Amino acid sequence: MHPAYSMIIFTVLSGLGYGLAVVLGLGGLEPSLPSTVLAHILALVLIAAGLIASLFHLGNPQRAWRALSQWRSSWLSREGVMALGTFVPLTLNAGLLLFTGQSEPILGYIGAAGAMLTVFCTSMIYTSLKGIDAWHSALTPACFLLLSLTGGVLLAACFAPGTRLLAGAGLLLLLGAMASKLAWRRRMLRNQPLSTPESATGLGGIGRVRLFERPHTLDNYLTREMGYRVARKHSAKLWAIALVCAFLLPAALLLLSLALGGLPLRSVLVFAVLSHSVGVLVERWLFFAEARHAVMNYY
Amino acid sequence: MTSEPDLTLTEPVGDAIAKTTCYMCACRCGIDVHLKDGKIRYIEGNRDHPINKGVLCAKGSAGIMQHYSPARLQAPLLRTGPRGSGEFKTISWEEALSLAVEWLAPIRETAPQKLAFFTGRDQSQALTSFWAQNFGTPNYAAHGGFCSVNMAAAGIYTIGGAFWEFGAPDWDKTKLFVLFGVAEDHDSNPIKIGISKLKKRGARFVSVNPIRTGYSAVADNWIGIRPGTDGLLILSIIHQLFLTGRIDLDYLQRYTNAPWLVIDNPGGEDHGLFLRDDLGKALIRDRGTGALVRFDAFGHSPDLNADFVLADGRKVRSVLRLMAEKYLDPRYAPEAVAEQTGIDAATIRGLAAEITRVAFEEEIILQQPWTDMKGEYHEVMIGRPVSFHAMRGISAHSNGFQTARALHVLQTIIGSIDCPGGYRYKPPYPKPATAHPRPHGKPAHVQPGNPLAGPHLGYPLGPEDLLVDDQGKPQRIDKAFSWEAPLSAHGMMHMVIANACAGDPYPVDVLFLYMANMAWNSSMNTRGTIRMLEERDETTGEYKIPRIIYCDAYSSEMVAYADLVLPDTTYLERHDCISLLDRPISEPDAVCDAVRWPVLQPERDVRGFQSVLIDLGARLGLPGFVDPQGQPLYRDYADYIVNHQRKPGIGPLSGWRGEDGLDEGRGQPNQSQLDRYIGNGAFWQKHIPAEALYFKHHNAAYQQFAIDMGFFDTPQPVTIQLYLETLQKFRLSGEGVREPVAPEPYRQRLVDYFDPLPDWYMPLEEQQTDNSVFPFHALTQRPMAMYHSWGSQNAWLRQIHTRNPLYVPGPICNELGLSDGDWAWVISSHGRIKCEIARMDAVNSKTLWTWNAIGKRKGAWALETNAPEANKGFLLNHLIHELLPPKSDGMRWSNSDPITGQAAWYDLRVRIEKAEPGLELAEPSFAPVGRPAGQARAASELRYGQEWSKQ
Amino acid sequence: MTSLPQDRGTTSLGLVIDLDVCVGCHACVVSCKEWNTGGYGSALSDQHPYGDDVSGTFLNRIHSYEVVPEGGEVIGEAGQARIVHFPKSCLHCEDAPCVTVCPTGASYKRASDGIVLVDETKCIGCGLCAWSCAYGAREMDLAAGVMKKCTLCVDRIYNEALQEEDRVPSCVRTCPANARHFGDLGDPRSEVSIMVAERGGYDLMPEQGTRPTNKYLPPRPRISLADQQPAMPLAENTEGARGFFAWLDKTLDRI
Ligand SMILES: Nc1nc2c(c(=O)[nH]1)N[C@H]1C(S)=C(S)[C@@H](COP(=O)(O)OP(=O)(O)OC[C@H]3O[C@@H](n4cnc5c(=O)[nH]c(N)nc54)[C@H](O)[C@@H]3O)O[C@H]1N2
Ligand SMILES: Nc1nc2c(c(=O)[nH]1)N[C@H]1C(S)=C(S)[C@@H](COP(=O)(O)OP(=O)(O)OC[C@H]3O[C@@H](n4cnc5c(=O)[nH]c(N)nc54)[C@H](O)[C@@H]3O)O[C@H]1N2
Ligand code: SF4
Ligand code: SF4
Ligand code: SF4
Ligand code: SF4
Ligand code: SF4
Ligand SMILES: [Mo]
Repeated sequence: MHPAYSMIIFTVLSGLGYGLAVVLGLGGLEPSLPSTVLAHILALVLIAAGLIASLFHLGNPQRAWRALSQWRSSWLSREGVMALGTFVPLTLNAGLLLFTGQSEPILGYIGAAGAMLTVFCTSMIYTSLKGIDAWHSALTPACFLLLSLTGGVLLAACFAPGTRLLAGAGLLLLLGAMASKLAWRRRMLRNQPLSTPESATGLGGIGRVRLFERPHTLDNYLTREMGYRVARKHSAKLWAIALVCAFLLPAALLLLSLALGGLPLRSVLVFAVLSHSVGVLVERWLFFAEARHAVMNYY
Repeated sequence: MTSEPDLTLTEPVGDAIAKTTCYMCACRCGIDVHLKDGKIRYIEGNRDHPINKGVLCAKGSAGIMQHYSPARLQAPLLRTGPRGSGEFKTISWEEALSLAVEWLAPIRETAPQKLAFFTGRDQSQALTSFWAQNFGTPNYAAHGGFCSVNMAAAGIYTIGGAFWEFGAPDWDKTKLFVLFGVAEDHDSNPIKIGISKLKKRGARFVSVNPIRTGYSAVADNWIGIRPGTDGLLILSIIHQLFLTGRIDLDYLQRYTNAPWLVIDNPGGEDHGLFLRDDLGKALIRDRGTGALVRFDAFGHSPDLNADFVLADGRKVRSVLRLMAEKYLDPRYAPEAVAEQTGIDAATIRGLAAEITRVAFEEEIILQQPWTDMKGEYHEVMIGRPVSFHAMRGISAHSNGFQTARALHVLQTIIGSIDCPGGYRYKPPYPKPATAHPRPHGKPAHVQPGNPLAGPHLGYPLGPEDLLVDDQGKPQRIDKAFSWEAPLSAHGMMHMVIANACAGDPYPVDVLFLYMANMAWNSSMNTRGTIRMLEERDETTGEYKIPRIIYCDAYSSEMVAYADLVLPDTTYLERHDCISLLDRPISEPDAVCDAVRWPVLQPERDVRGFQSVLIDLGARLGLPGFVDPQGQPLYRDYADYIVNHQRKPGIGPLSGWRGEDGLDEGRGQPNQSQLDRYIGNGAFWQKHIPAEALYFKHHNAAYQQFAIDMGFFDTPQPVTIQLYLETLQKFRLSGEGVREPVAPEPYRQRLVDYFDPLPDWYMPLEEQQTDNSVFPFHALTQRPMAMYHSWGSQNAWLRQIHTRNPLYVPGPICNELGLSDGDWAWVISSHGRIKCEIARMDAVNSKTLWTWNAIGKRKGAWALETNAPEANKGFLLNHLIHELLPPKSDGMRWSNSDPITGQAAWYDLRVRIEKAEPGLELAEPSFAPVGRPAGQARAASELRYGQEWSKQ
Repeated sequence: MTSLPQDRGTTSLGLVIDLDVCVGCHACVVSCKEWNTGGYGSALSDQHPYGDDVSGTFLNRIHSYEVVPEGGEVIGEAGQARIVHFPKSCLHCEDAPCVTVCPTGASYKRASDGIVLVDETKCIGCGLCAWSCAYGAREMDLAAGVMKKCTLCVDRIYNEALQEEDRVPSCVRTCPANARHFGDLGDPRSEVSIMVAERGGYDLMPEQGTRPTNKYLPPRPRISLADQQPAMPLAENTEGARGFFAWLDKTLDRI
């Protein structure tokens, strides 16, 4: 699949934002600390930036509001509804905290649930696509959720340096996210594709099917959108970068943070978040770029 | 849940429908052009039209983009820069026409042969030849010589018809259809309609073709023959038929020259000629009485087995005996031809068996009485439902004439010419070679200031009809009808530029071309041709071909080489006439002709070429174009179509003749004729009466119908010429035993190739190249969605073929380590090209191929200079020379069939080498030609029809 | 509307495509383009129409495949491989994922006849429906930013301004080989259903669970010519010219 920057930025930023919102909603950061207000605002900014980025993906963004209408059947619509809906508790709580210094735990729980549901909806957009084998797996939502939470916890840790609970949770999540992502990728690489050129054409009974001539010589919307190819060598390298940046390095930094204190502690944590984000950006790029669409059986 | 939106489902397509004739190719389908707000909304096939019956091909539907093409020329152009630069200035029509007259008038008065007028893919040869004849130059032809003259000439000489526009399979009744070497053909839609009919009926379809795409892809059996060897395959089938006695003797004795008597007198000037009576009528022997009688006399049973000595001591034998002796030779046995053809003997036997099984065991009997030309009444029509069709896969080889003849012989001996289920003539065919004119252009035919003594093109019946002088020197600039290519019935356009540049046989002053992209895809040795167009005389500095006038509608590659460009309209902006005097569109059941008419008005300063030619004719005062007072006879082409009469009562169009429009075929001009055509969907058709539908070559009712329609004035039955005496006459000239004796250099060729019974010889290029150095064949095929070079200016069509790969058989790829997307050098004895390759397995293992005419010159066709067509697309033409490699004596023959001069495009031999990695650009590459004056840069986005979108 | 219609009747309009006769001429491709550009919804645009990377929106495309059989027919040299031309447009799936994924309701399946359409006034051009279609039947128009797809020529088949016989899709009407057939595949007695039953019409990628309406008819089985051989009647063997002349004499006497 074509790795569209708008989609990568959207999923990565909103993932971080929702993850942070979950930590905040569950009271993972001390409400009385001034930095916690900043964290609330950061979560909102990340989510909003992600959503705005996602608009760039649309051919007619001025009608984006219409996307809220089909929540009964469409995961994309559900995502939109959840995203907007989740804004309410998140903004309210951020506002309350800002103006009253107190947040409302119930709103927090609702916000956290909304955030996770939103991420779940996002992941289900991909998971539900049967034509894209790599995505069509329960591991996809697991990865999205775990990655979002991991990012959120790492981010939260920056606001509360030295909190063992967050660091511990972060380490566990890093491990969990990595495990799920490894499992996801292992499946992607080993999975027998559901469809083949033979089943796509129905000509398997006659023999092995090979494209002789494309319908049109040059690329078209479909081949550009679904026919993206990365060289195997290239993707292995990127996967290594993703692994190190998203999981291994942040984990090492977290461990390090437990041993450190003071200012360096915060910068180590910030560095962990940055590394993780870069890693997830790469991971997300690969998520798209490596996924093979069934339509390519025709090309 | 929202409800479904309300859709406006009933809405007229446009505000008017104009019915006219497509000209996205030469198939000439009927189209309904839906117009909306003065623009084209939609083009669909005319359901009532005899050719396409409502369907339309990809090109036809893309007419919108052709009509609005950014490559359209805008106004007359006068060259300002050097040839090839594309630098022009726009001039007025008055200036353009005066200049043309200034160039042409003196030539006509002094040496009319100094004008060479050649036309390409037009369909107005009835007019252009008439014009050229009245101008007086012998140098006129259309492009048939490099296209398919082998097919046409072999057909006319043998059966008085041919495939393509002259005949078609009986699609509704045939049970076995064998197709040789066709990718698309001119009968583009009818063939597809036909194939689908066969499939529906469960009839078998066999395709003989080195490449298995298109029609071959859907064939029940594909025979992946090695190029140039079809003759062997066909003769092997004939061998099998003789061997098993599965031949239609009744048909042969009635309708063919099988019983004619051939004189056996080796060394004599009559050797191999027919025994004839005093009036020149061929004689046969009556099997009952043993008497010699005229072949067409009533009430005899011709002895097909005659072999006896005449009273005067000469030996004679029937043609059939000669055939049996020849074709039963074991050299034609399936095993003997298997290696050359690449087809295993079992398949050849199987094909022969299937042909005879269907012909003789699945005979069709139509309860339709008819009377033959000898007056014999037949209760029924007997059909042998095996049909064949062939085109350039056979004809574009230097042995194509003989191969095409072999195919007609095969059809004939199973009795399937114009029978139910077989091959059927399309009116005005059949018409025997003898009923066609002889060529004109002998020294005595050319008189300054006067018309040529007769039509340029025709069918020589012997060496006496050649257009050569006493020394045997060619009289035409293309050397057609000379000893080099005696039966070049369509001229040899591919030799014109080379000969004119070399001044051989003489230089010309003006080269006048119409609708032929000679500077690119329609010439062999394209780079050389370009050089010849640019070549200057060293002393005078003048171009070797001093003046070139060219008429095109678009900025093709050729435009850049013209001195004066006459811009044509598009096919939707002018009158055209698809006449029975020219290339017919009849179907086997009906005689048809058609028109085009201006359904849109040009908004540029362009004029329909035919009107321009008529104007030029009048300005030059040519007979036929001015009245005795010197006043123009015709206002324009529309006026000419209606009022011109070739003979009293015979004009360009056959429908609605006579003052009241009630006459058909013959009749006085009718001033509302064009309106009647337009009202009828731009065509006219007259159905052939039921009793005249088959055996037209010998059917009295059909012959009468043909006379009524004005095809000829007396009956012209065809006796199928299995044995072609004309060839034997040339052979005798070659042997030096009959006058005129051929000049020395040509003798051996005449002896070798002019076999009066079809035979096979190795294509000339293959004979003359080292096949271990050039082990492969290289071919082109017509892409169904593109028409030659025209398609690439079309925004929709060019997406289908934006560049062309060279398809390379799997085994060769494996051997050379080539895979899709690699680049390779392809090398012939003449040159080399670099191109992208793609693997293919469904192809003869010795055959490389590509789509024809996708490669473009940079700057042409209003394409951006970085267009893939100009950078990755390529032409095979760079590898094909118009001359064969020199022989030991230094003589270079033209790369043509030695009999007809047909360009031997498909004889090409090559080798292939993987290219070193580097620039992925096709070679050779040329400097861009300039955008002609007045042409704006093309748009970067198209949203055709957005204004009508129903949102 | 993005849910599939609950009240679907039995009518399922669609196409039947005969791979045994499709010659790959692209007539249906261009006819579809010209009908639909300027017809239903926005025009089908072309980017860089005369430039280096020309591409445009098409609702119907022809692919060509080379099929190499394992142990299949062998006819002529290298005769094993064959080319199959393969037209493809929207299959108007019964369980159309492109409909259910659509967030705006722009994409819908008509209850009355099963045609899957995009209401372009609602479409935001998110592209998700194209992702959800395993068949590649949807193309985003880059100029309009809305999703385009085969409409089954809904503006022809019910268009009373057209002659009755012309109320078929543009691609069907134009196909010179008659490889495309239009009809109600929900009605087992319709011509198209009978054709499907007789010729073994099949679904593309049934494993995707989309239950396409359009059906494909497979290439018919072939009988090799070499197998024909024993049918050659050798009763009157004329071995050699002499034998032929003797046979000829005998036969002519009988005529
Ligand atoms: N769409 C479209 N239609 C066209 C044209 C076009 O450009 N585009 N051009 C028109 C013109 S001018 C012409 S002349 C006709 C030509 O119509 P075709 O004769 O159909 O044209 P070609 O593409 O030259 O096809 C030649 C076929 O012969 C095969 N072939 C080559 N050598 C041999 C051989 O030795 N033996 C056998 N058995 N087969 C062989 C090739 O593989 C190819 O399939 O088409 C006309 N129709
Ligand atoms: N390698 C290879 N080369 C071949 C062949 C092959 O098989 N292989 N085939 C050969 C054959 S059979 C043929 S017929 C030739 C065809 O070769 P050409 O006849 O040269 O082919 P076209 O590209 O059709 O070029 C005709 C010209 O007509 C112009 N034209 C189009 N419409 C109009 C119009 O309405 N009015 C006017 N005045 N001009 C118009 C076009 O712009 C173009 O410049 O190619 C030959 N060349
Ligand atoms: S075959 Fe196609 S391009 Fe040729 S005349 Fe017919 S519709 Fe037009
Ligand atoms: S083919 Fe694709 S676009 Fe058409 S209905 Fe099925 S899923 Fe939807
Ligand atoms: S692109 Fe349009 S039709 Fe497709 S899912 Fe998005 S909104 Fe729906
Ligand atoms: S039914 Fe209409 S929209 Fe669909 S492919 Fe055919 S022509 Fe195009
Ligand atoms: S028009 Fe018919 S034959 Fe041509 S590509 Fe389309 S389906 Fe095939
Ligand atoms: Mo041609």
